Amino acid sequence: MGAETVLKADNLKRYYEVKGGMFSKGGTVKALDGATFKLEAGKTLAVVGESGCGKSTLARLVTLIEKPTQGELVLGGMDIASAHSKEDMITLRQMVQIVFQDPYGSLNPRQKISDILAEPLKINTKMSASERREEVLSMMSRVGLRPEQADRYPHMFSGGQRQRIAVARALMLRPKIVILDEPVSALDVSIQAQVLNLLTDLQEEMDLAYLFISHDLSVVKHIADDVLVMYLGQPVEHGTRDEIFSNPQHPYTRALLSATPVADPNRKKDRIKLVGELPSPLNPPSGCSFHPRCPLANDRCEAERPVLASTSSALVSCHAVEEGRS
Amino acid sequence: MSLLDIKNLSVEFQTAHGLFRAVDGVDLEIDQGEMVAIVGESGSGKSVSMLALMGLLPWTANITADRMLFDGIDLLSISKKERRQIIGKDISMIFQEPMTSLNPCFTVGYQIMEVIKEHLGGTKKELEKRAIELLGLVGIPAPETRLRAFPHQMSGGMNQRVMIAMMIACNPRLLIADEPTTALDVTIQAQILELLGELQKEKGMALVLITHDMGVVAETAEVVNVQYAGQQVERQDVVGLFDKPQHPYTYALLNALPERATSKRLPSIPGVVPGLLDRPTGCLFNPRCQFATDKCRKEAPDHASKVLCHYPLVDGKPTNNHPGVSASDVSVSGGAV
Repeated sequence: MGAETVLKADNLKRYYEVKGGMFSKGGTVKALDGATFKLEAGKTLAVVGESGCGKSTLARLVTLIEKPTQGELVLGGMDIASAHSKEDMITLRQMVQIVFQDPYGSLNPRQKISDILAEPLKINTKMSASERREEVLSMMSRVGLRPEQADRYPHMFSGGQRQRIAVARALMLRPKIVILDEPVSALDVSIQAQVLNLLTDLQEEMDLAYLFISHDLSVVKHIADDVLVMYLGQPVEHGTRDEIFSNPQHPYTRALLSATPVADPNRKKDRIKLVGELPSPLNPPSGCSFHPRCPLANDRCEAERPVLASTSSALVSCHAVEEGRS
Repeated sequence: MSLLDIKNLSVEFQTAHGLFRAVDGVDLEIDQGEMVAIVGESGSGKSVSMLALMGLLPWTANITADRMLFDGIDLLSISKKERRQIIGKDISMIFQEPMTSLNPCFTVGYQIMEVIKEHLGGTKKELEKRAIELLGLVGIPAPETRLRAFPHQMSGGMNQRVMIAMMIACNPRLLIADEPTTALDVTIQAQILELLGELQKEKGMALVLITHDMGVVAETAEVVNVQYAGQQVERQDVVGLFDKPQHPYTYALLNALPERATSKRLPSIPGVVPGLLDRPTGCLFNPRCQFATDKCRKEAPDHASKVLCHYPLVDGKPTNNHPGVSASDVSVSGGAV
């Protein structure tokens, strides 16, 4: 593979301490418990899982909003643990940008579009006002907005257009990595298609690496090159898109795929029923954290925590797959 | 006679910028035990038409219809008091956000018992027994203890189950589910949809499912109504709709699904649903339609026809002597708005 590796994460962990109240004991929430992956320029890694599986925590770590409790994160050849000076942090921050899920909440209603887009340049570069304006207009045309819309406010735009603005803002500093945190889940199908096309075009044009966080598997199947499936803070399966979708191995991945509705009324439904819900991360189950909901669980799953191991295709963390039970 | 019979329902709102027609001539006919899905983008009047049926719209709404019959009772002419005896008992509705539709100040048990007490009555013991039975029915573990839980102590999926338990408490004959699973994870969504399907079959309940998720429609509904900008543009059984969509909007909507994509670029629908100020003349879909002609821009299609289009599609191509373009000639529209 000739593609440049722009991000490497090794056993990334983030724990939160929860203070005990008058009636409850404190504890540690293991929001992210050991994620290892890398991102290549021009490629998309999708992270999927139910709410509470640590997807968004991962996004916060990669965008340097929070520091990992443990583990190594290397951005463009620079380890974030060794970056202490202000200049280092500025260089790092310019490399990663994020697009949030809700385009209604992520844009300041009191700022004009041109100001929203110019702000990253104002803070991070020494460009003059006229240079900034030029840059803003060229980026706007790139994401499919008209120049006369520059002096409008966010409320004058529709959801899809707002998401274009959010994408434009993330790209102002020419980052190498863009984190897309559920970028299309608040949009209607027809608008979703417009935004997905835009993201694909921009990736080709600017050789961007995407970390695409989503729970919609049909979107992931369309856009991703690699897929990382997470459950309760831990990666359970990691492989290329084709491996994950045509030959899912972990019982959770299989259940997730079979639970996703398919827009084809003629398709036969043989749904794997998952009982119960995601357990509390404050008090995770012993052994494999998926065992209380897993149809293949046995005593070993209850006692021993599996690790990610390579199989014939993807990396899977499951005793049942390892032993060939099914 | 069908259970619900709505003919030419329109809802208008008086706004600062003039009259806004949120629902424009919608027909809906449902038989006992039938499952109908209403699909469309946001702003297409799906929820408003059902809220009009429930009588839950504010006084600013002007509701008109040729006919609005539920089990032979004319819902337009009955008094508020009479309507309240039907709503919640024979017709009930589940909303999108389970967290905000339950009252945070009362236990879920109290809220379920309140519904039964209002419509069917009974002693406290009987009510409690029925509430436990209902919670068990919707698959909540340990219903006796959950009765005393407050909504914030339970997850979104659990709260949605409580909502469903509350709504089926009086054995309604018609259940309206307004995006019941949009706020939930896929695994929970699968559980809830299965539950609704089971209840519909077991109790012979009619179910109206409002959604924008084509996958959910394909897996649950029998008949589908497609709405666009307040108008009903197409009505077909589910297999026919997905195999042979007749309205260009349905056709485009299905093509925009990532799972139907044949290349990396998705065929998207340019533009957005028209609002109050940018309502086009003629057919409301014409600015976004790839087959639109001058006739579409001037004349609105006839409400009486099955498909609200001058040139309904057959195999993705317009018919009715459409002048010119066929589906293959039309360049797939890109991302630009």
